[in-house]
Amino acid sequence: MPPVFGVLFDGVAYGMVLFLMSVGLSVTLGMMNFVNLAHCSFAMLGGFVTVTLINAFGWPFFATLPAAFIAAALASVVLERIFFRRFYNASELEQCLLTIGIVFVSIAAAAYIYGTDQQLVQLPAYLRGSIDFEGLNFAVYRLFLIAIALLITVALVVMVETTRFGAQVRAAVNNQRMARGLGINVDGLFAVTFALGSGLAGLGGALAIEIVGLDPSFALTYLIYVLIVVSVGGLGSISGSFAAAMLLGVSDVAGKYYVPAIGAFLIYLVMIVLLMWRPSGLFGRR
Amino acid sequence: MSSATIGDPVRPVQYLQAQMRWRWPEIVFWLATLLPFVLTPSYLILASQIAITALFALSLDLILGFCGIVSLGHAAYFGLGAYTAGLLSKWGWGEPLTGLMLAALTAGLFGFLTSFIIARFRHLALIMITLGIGLVLQEAANSAGWITGGFDGLQGIHTWPILGRFRFDLYGYTDYGYSLAGLFLIFLIARRLVHSPFGLALCGIRDNVERMPAIGASTHAHIQTIYTIAAIIAGIAGAMLAQTSETVSLETLGFQRSADVLVMLILGGTGRLYGGLIGAAVYMVARDQFSGLNPQYWYFWIGLLLIAVVMLLPNGILGGLSLLTRRAKAAS
Amino acid sequence: MQKILCGAAAVLAALLCIGSANAVDTIKLALIMCYSGQFADTATQMDDAIKLYVKQNGDTVAGKKLEFIRKDTGGIAPDVAKRLAQEAIVRDHADILGGWILTPNALAAGDVSKEAKKFMVVMNAATSIITTKSPYITRTSSTTPQLNYTFGTWAAKHGIKTVYTMVSDYGPGIDAETWFQKGFKDAGGQIVGSVRFPVANPDFSAFVQAAKDKSPDAIYIWIPGGAQPAAVGKALAERGIDRSKTKILGQDALAQESALKNMGDAGLGIITVAFYDYNHQSPTNAAFVKAYNDDYHRNPDIFSIGGYDGMHMIYAALQKTNGNTDGDALIAAAKGMSWESPRGPLSIDPDTRDIVQTVYIRRVEKVGNELRNVEFDKVENVKDPGHMQQ
Repeated sequence: MPPVFGVLFDGVAYGMVLFLMSVGLSVTLGMMNFVNLAHCSFAMLGGFVTVTLINAFGWPFFATLPAAFIAAALASVVLERIFFRRFYNASELEQCLLTIGIVFVSIAAAAYIYGTDQQLVQLPAYLRGSIDFEGLNFAVYRLFLIAIALLITVALVVMVETTRFGAQVRAAVNNQRMARGLGINVDGLFAVTFALGSGLAGLGGALAIEIVGLDPSFALTYLIYVLIVVSVGGLGSISGSFAAAMLLGVSDVAGKYYVPAIGAFLIYLVMIVLLMWRPSGLFGRR
Repeated sequence: MSSATIGDPVRPVQYLQAQMRWRWPEIVFWLATLLPFVLTPSYLILASQIAITALFALSLDLILGFCGIVSLGHAAYFGLGAYTAGLLSKWGWGEPLTGLMLAALTAGLFGFLTSFIIARFRHLALIMITLGIGLVLQEAANSAGWITGGFDGLQGIHTWPILGRFRFDLYGYTDYGYSLAGLFLIFLIARRLVHSPFGLALCGIRDNVERMPAIGASTHAHIQTIYTIAAIIAGIAGAMLAQTSETVSLETLGFQRSADVLVMLILGGTGRLYGGLIGAAVYMVARDQFSGLNPQYWYFWIGLLLIAVVMLLPNGILGGLSLLTRRAKAAS
Repeated sequence: MQKILCGAAAVLAALLCIGSANAVDTIKLALIMCYSGQFADTATQMDDAIKLYVKQNGDTVAGKKLEFIRKDTGGIAPDVAKRLAQEAIVRDHADILGGWILTPNALAAGDVSKEAKKFMVVMNAATSIITTKSPYITRTSSTTPQLNYTFGTWAAKHGIKTVYTMVSDYGPGIDAETWFQKGFKDAGGQIVGSVRFPVANPDFSAFVQAAKDKSPDAIYIWIPGGAQPAAVGKALAERGIDRSKTKILGQDALAQESALKNMGDAGLGIITVAFYDYNHQSPTNAAFVKAYNDDYHRNPDIFSIGGYDGMHMIYAALQKTNGNTDGDALIAAAKGMSWESPRGPLSIDPDTRDIVQTVYIRRVEKVGNELRNVEFDKVENVKDPGHMQQ
């Protein structure tokens, strides 16, 4: 098997992590137009929860994943009640400022509690190492990551396409005013969606530690990548986020393998070209 | 100022003339900018950097506050101006005023070229495209290390004394005088620009871009013009930084700088010309003081400051102040 | 409303007045580093070591009390660093400028040191030209050429004939690539390929695969600290680099403690060059590491030792000048100074004012249950070859 497949496999795994971290932002931005730049702070929170539970309390890795999800979801509910809901009708710039302020506070808090060093997790033995297949190595952890991300994607799509809740979400994203007019409780819907999206970000952050590391500046570093995925994929679209994350993960990796000289540029050039071609994103609506 | 309602639509000239009159808070503000010379002379270098950042924020206000273009890559022009002035000095010509002009030209040219892209997009696509352009430029500058000095920054910059007499030194009197003069002069130009039919057209584009062609005003030309002007001003600000600090590095073009100036502008209040100046002053003084008190955790206090301003003062500091004064006037 | 404004103005004025209460018998040392931002951890380590030195040796030198002024550059910000240096001298009346983790910041401050004639001790930044910026600068860390030229030469002389280099595409990485390749080629080796990857790169599989395709005797990797060393180690394992056929070479950060913990067995056998590791076997180092662990529950690293030795330099110079903080006196005292540090012997070259020290070659081995860097070779009294070019 040509070695490029090994490289692409890694790119797909990286893309999956980006997808998990971005899908929540895409849906909430599409539904409520609320610019939540603190989205990656929830991802960071999920990561730190996992680290604390494993290192300080000795939990097994698997058990910390739902904990990361729930912690991030709860934190988002609290923040939403206290701060965000006052700003649904405020200008986007104000939402920016508010959420940037929250990001800064979260970074400083993380630095204070955990220090500035890299956080490490010990994976369980069955997730370490790699599988040899046709002359190429496939890391077990990345296989696990891809499997979980696919499961979650399927679950999300099923939920959105077949359940009543999902139908309401789709309606609210499509035309908020009309949805309200039909008696859908958009505010309550948003609160639940927001919690769900933030929880997924937390899960993504926890899963990402092994791939990209974790430190207090995580909340800002990955914000750019998440914004790229969300804008290229299209607001309010799960499949859009998935496609964009895959595209970016793979093109990033393929670019670095074939044309390393422009490796740094490629992800941004791809984004610019895609947005110029489709300003609303690949699967966006407006 | 720009959000005031037009009383009598038949007399736009009088309206604009009324806007152009100098109000006493403005006069007080500009007199106050002279205070650091007297009150806090050991802070003049900081004051100079605040003035430069304020000029940069002013340039962003012209496109964001007055035209509705959210740019996350505005530092590209700042950096271009800085590198132009820096390279000119490094290659032997350290005269500051001509350096400014050349920097303005370079930044303006690049701004003009990118304005063709900018004028065609809106909303999130525009924000991300500006971000992308900024990031690509930063990487390109890193790769072109043979000309930009790369990570280490440009070395060998030496700025000649202004008009042969005023030397840039440790104490900062020349630094602050230079930056403040530049800020004031360009501010006057910007003020004239926004209180004009052109400025009104920009507000129209910001508030309802679809309607503008319906009333016969072209949008693309206006957007391109103001974007080029903003790029020129940003380039001048960058050049001033290069000349006064005699350093230029990659972060002058970087995302961090673009994001910081956006935060400062929103903090101060967009669309009011003074918002950028006030926001820059508050943010930089706060950052300096917080990091002096607590170097590792100043992020925390700045974050709280931003949250507090957003919660208590809608539309930034100036927005909140104007709301309070309106309430005070209504109450009296 | 007016009360709030007055109150705020008063607070602001008070804050601005917290300045220099200038006592006569104090020496002021300004520590300017990146306490916040993405490089914050390096400043944490350096500052901790500085505090340890002061704790062990007291804060009185040559009869005068040492006062510290700490300032944060926030990361790479040469204009800010230069301003902070200027303010430290003009406003706070600092006598000595210390700290300096990032090269662009150190270079910018060099101008200030030169104009104000102040003694400046660079405790980490590793680019050669820094010491040329002002006649009052000296350094207690290392330089990139010092480590990498030596390493390149060593590699060629120890059975490695072909090397593929991969470095981070920014100043220090490019510097490392240039000098490693120079040392390697000067000693007869052959570079079969090279690549520079973007600074913020999270995923290395593409680059590692490209290296593997060339089947070199060794792959040389330069990356800064942080999250990347562990990611590289994992990419090496996942792409199936056969360690018996291909050696992995790198600079200290590749095999830093947190990276080794994370890489697991993928890190075994990596050979790195460094000027300090907490595993260095000497009584001085053992005491240092123990004291550091007692206070900070963490092992010291290259940033810590840079700060620790920087303080030693400052104390020793002040003792030599009897408390005289004049720039000329201090730099004269610093030239030629030599001492035994936890890292080994080191001295300051009188001509270039730069550091001369022992460069260690280490291999990652399993010691007990942990992976550690075990020194197995060294090159002594290495001067900075970067200065030879000027």
